[in-house]
Amino acid sequence: MKGDASPEFLTTIGLEVHAQLSTRTKIFCGCEVRFGSPPNTLVCPVCLGLPGVLPVLNREVFLLGLRAVLAFGGAPSKLIKFDRKNYYYPDLPKGYQISQYDAPLGRGGFVEIETSGGPKRIRLNRIHLEEDAGKLIHDAAADSSLVDLNRAGVPLIEMVSEPDLESPDDAHAYLSTLKSVLKTIGVSLCDMEKGHLRCDANVSVRRAGDAVLGKKVEVKNMNSFKAVKAALQYEIGRQTEALGKGEGLYQETRLWDEAKGMTFLMRSKEEAHDYRYFPEPDLVPFFVTQEQIEAERRRIPELPRQKAARFASAYGLSAYDANLLTQDEEPAEFFETCAKIYPDYKGLANWMTGPVSAYLNEKAVSLSQTRLCPETLVGLLQLVKEGSLSLQAAREKVFPEVVGDGRDPKEVMEKKGLLQVSDEAALDEWVAEAIRSNSKVVNDFKSGKETAAMFLVGQVMRKSGGKANPGKVQELVRKRLLETAGPA
Amino acid sequence: MSHIDLRYTSHLARLGFKPEELKVFGPQVDKILHFVEQLNKVDVEGVEPTSHPLPLANVFREDKIAPSIEMEEFLQHCPSRHGSFFKVPKIIEEKS
Amino acid sequence: MDLAQKTVFELSELLQKGSCAPEDVLRSVAEAIRTKDGAVHAYVDFDPERYLKRWKKMPKTSSRLWGIPFAVKDNLCVRGEEITCASKILKNFISPYHATVIEKLEEKGAIVFGRTNMDEFAFGSSCETSCYGPTRNPWDLERVPGGSSGGSAAAVANDTAVFALGTDTGGSVRQPASFCGVTGIKPTYSRVSRYGLIAFASSLDQIGPLTKDVRDMALVLEAAAGHDPRDSTSADVPVPRYSDFLGRDVKGMKIGIPKEYFQKGLHGLHGDVEEAILKAVKVLEGLGISVEEVSLPLTHYAINVYYIVAPSEASSNLARFDGVRFGRRSEVPSGMLDMYERTRGEGFGAEAKRRIILGTFSLSSGYYDAYYLKAMKVRTKIMQDFNAAFQKVDALITPTSPTAAFKLGEKMNDPLEMYLSDIYTISANLAAIPALSVPCGFSNEGLPIGLQFLGKHFDEAALLNLAYAFEQSTDFHRRTP
Repeated sequence: MKGDASPEFLTTIGLEVHAQLSTRTKIFCGCEVRFGSPPNTLVCPVCLGLPGVLPVLNREVFLLGLRAVLAFGGAPSKLIKFDRKNYYYPDLPKGYQISQYDAPLGRGGFVEIETSGGPKRIRLNRIHLEEDAGKLIHDAAADSSLVDLNRAGVPLIEMVSEPDLESPDDAHAYLSTLKSVLKTIGVSLCDMEKGHLRCDANVSVRRAGDAVLGKKVEVKNMNSFKAVKAALQYEIGRQTEALGKGEGLYQETRLWDEAKGMTFLMRSKEEAHDYRYFPEPDLVPFFVTQEQIEAERRRIPELPRQKAARFASAYGLSAYDANLLTQDEEPAEFFETCAKIYPDYKGLANWMTGPVSAYLNEKAVSLSQTRLCPETLVGLLQLVKEGSLSLQAAREKVFPEVVGDGRDPKEVMEKKGLLQVSDEAALDEWVAEAIRSNSKVVNDFKSGKETAAMFLVGQVMRKSGGKANPGKVQELVRKRLLETAGPA
Repeated sequence: MSHIDLRYTSHLARLGFKPEELKVFGPQVDKILHFVEQLNKVDVEGVEPTSHPLPLANVFREDKIAPSIEMEEFLQHCPSRHGSFFKVPKIIEEKS
Repeated sequence: MDLAQKTVFELSELLQKGSCAPEDVLRSVAEAIRTKDGAVHAYVDFDPERYLKRWKKMPKTSSRLWGIPFAVKDNLCVRGEEITCASKILKNFISPYHATVIEKLEEKGAIVFGRTNMDEFAFGSSCETSCYGPTRNPWDLERVPGGSSGGSAAAVANDTAVFALGTDTGGSVRQPASFCGVTGIKPTYSRVSRYGLIAFASSLDQIGPLTKDVRDMALVLEAAAGHDPRDSTSADVPVPRYSDFLGRDVKGMKIGIPKEYFQKGLHGLHGDVEEAILKAVKVLEGLGISVEEVSLPLTHYAINVYYIVAPSEASSNLARFDGVRFGRRSEVPSGMLDMYERTRGEGFGAEAKRRIILGTFSLSSGYYDAYYLKAMKVRTKIMQDFNAAFQKVDALITPTSPTAAFKLGEKMNDPLEMYLSDIYTISANLAAIPALSVPCGFSNEGLPIGLQFLGKHFDEAALLNLAYAFEQSTDFHRRTP
């Protein structure tokens, strides 16, 4: 029952994504931003929220945020100001978060995603800057929670989408695209394990034909793209079921429980949304200059979607392969270097999205962390292409050593004795012998049993100790059989 | 004239009150609010709110690391600690 | 005469010549505190010996402040010292850092020497809301010293401090200066860095010195003011050497008297005070200054605006006092919410609670536009009033307070009555302009009365020079309790 909405129901999803900006220091003080430091070591009076301290905005935060606004085609606001969002929580040192309320860094823009129905634009409502809170640890001490403020004051951008997403798959594609763009433009490292990218969702389901959107349910506590998809699937199922039974739905906040695979109602307080925003008097307004806009535009490299389009047209790749290759900068660049010396682009793309990608996933590493270089990969592909190495041996026997140990593919092939016999004279001898010593099979073939040929191919492969080029063998067996058979 | 909802407001402000305090506070705060509400007489049509007392803008710091403080000294005086963490009462999972 | 009774200027002459050493000054002040502060209770920190021990000889500088001890209001952070804002909630808070103003003064060789009493979190005009108990006015121990920087003003008046730092959000330096017969300034907003000043209302707060006369004020202010990269709202405007401006001819300058401030019966303006101000006008006219009437039509609303804006900002600024990282936490809380409510409920005094409630309400959902936003719009109009007035005149004068010092307990049960006594001082904070109070006479009961000069943004030099000219023609500043 949990899954996508059935056709009589429509789903509307909006996402709020927080991305950690890649700066050296925090947003309002000079404390270093570093993951995994001992608790409360990257703190100062400012991010501890001590009495008397004042914030001063990190210029890089402003510029990285501006770059993100521009990269997504948004419009930087004329006047940018900060506001205080007031609420109490022990991980929030000042009792308010410095965020942006009615004059955010930028408005508008969109994220273009690939869906099964073709490309789709997801509009952005706004992008704003804010500070992160600290971390609470609940299970380290009995009867108490522990507060680590190393993360307090780490710079974030919040990107709020319009409710343009229609399925969990859309949401997943949106997040993947967002991530690859943010990485490409150098705004965020988007390391999920380090919490660089966090996401809350607003989801509502309504009957097809209803003009008004359903009750908006906010879902929090999703820690991975997979969790977002699963939580949305669950939530859509829950809401659809409720509507189907004629039960009411409420505007509420629910928490995703990964272990149970369910969302739970968060205890709602009547003042839950009374944040008492007001302009932050300790910061001054900011005005974006044309020079800053131009400088940040220049820092935006070719974006993944532009690159994918270029890959598709310049290398004749399918949209699917082109997208896969351009999600991250490293493989895209690697592909292009290879393509300069190896013109079988399709074959190259197959290798990149096949064995290479599989290896990276399995080892959870990036290309630069392997020993693979464009020359060795192309060398390997050439061995296959010229028939010296079987595809299977290349994948299973040679590639692991090339990628893992950085060895020369030809050397590996020779050392392992994997060189294929493609020489026709040598093969012909084995073929002739197989035909001679299997007259029954030859007769079967003559009487129209096509599979008999394959038996002979197998005989030849065995004779060659597996070194015969199977394609060539097949070709020769057919040719000789037809000759032997002669006109019936 | 507004009448302040002290229960709601004090909860928002996380301020505990004794019942006898509330009795005194209600009328006092209402009187002050009544006084400030004289502002309703001022016509502010087309007037921009003061966002900053002086026209300062674009004040930044550079993205340079500054040393953090000597934490051990600070933690010595904090109300409750666990190692280098600040310790607070257990926060119950916010699920119902 | 005791060294403790001398001005900064007089002491610096002696110190620079080597006629006395900083230790001599410190010992003299310590002795004065020991013998004279018991009755007045200007200090919250009764241990001058500790400061003496802590003090280290510093290389001599040519600054007029070298070797001069000063008292610090209990809301300015001094590294390694307990800072409490006269509130139970901050007990045990040891500041790990220096306020910028402390750094600047220490750089010149001035010496922190004791913390002074104040209204809790600077909420008040009488110094009666302190968790340490009230400070008394050295001129009459039955009366308040004014507030919130009452301890600083009383210490300077009582010659238990050579000068002191205060903070002024709605008159908290000037009104106590007036009540205690000393000089106090609220500089232009952003003139002195607020870094290390425990915030009350961020868009109104300014640090201001309290001194024995205008010359000292010029010397201290020129050292305390200036741009600070740690305060985004600190002005990057050069600081003139104010002391060089003193004594320049004031002839031909124009001073305005806002007529609304002298309307009969307005906010209880006392006859004594009005009389003293009119006499001061004669003195100024005698110096060749022309005094004319001006109008500040929105004046009536300054207090209304203030009591929305200031509590709103305060309610947010005081959220960090939650018992999590520093200060006092209630005993054995049953959970997080209980910890917050009890820590804050027990830790804050009545006036702090009133203002937190007022501010929280003004910002809350459904009321923001009618209260906070509306107040900020009227604030804009009040600023426009001042700008218009300053088109015509170089400075304005008003009484600093409608009355001389009132009696302890007199206004404690009527918060609104207490608020109304700030009528003359509040608009300078709303308009971000500099304002200075100097003694200008005495009431029938022999209590000091203050004259307030208000100036254009960053025009402290002109204010100081005007006040200096006035002071040179009078002797009110030389009288002691």
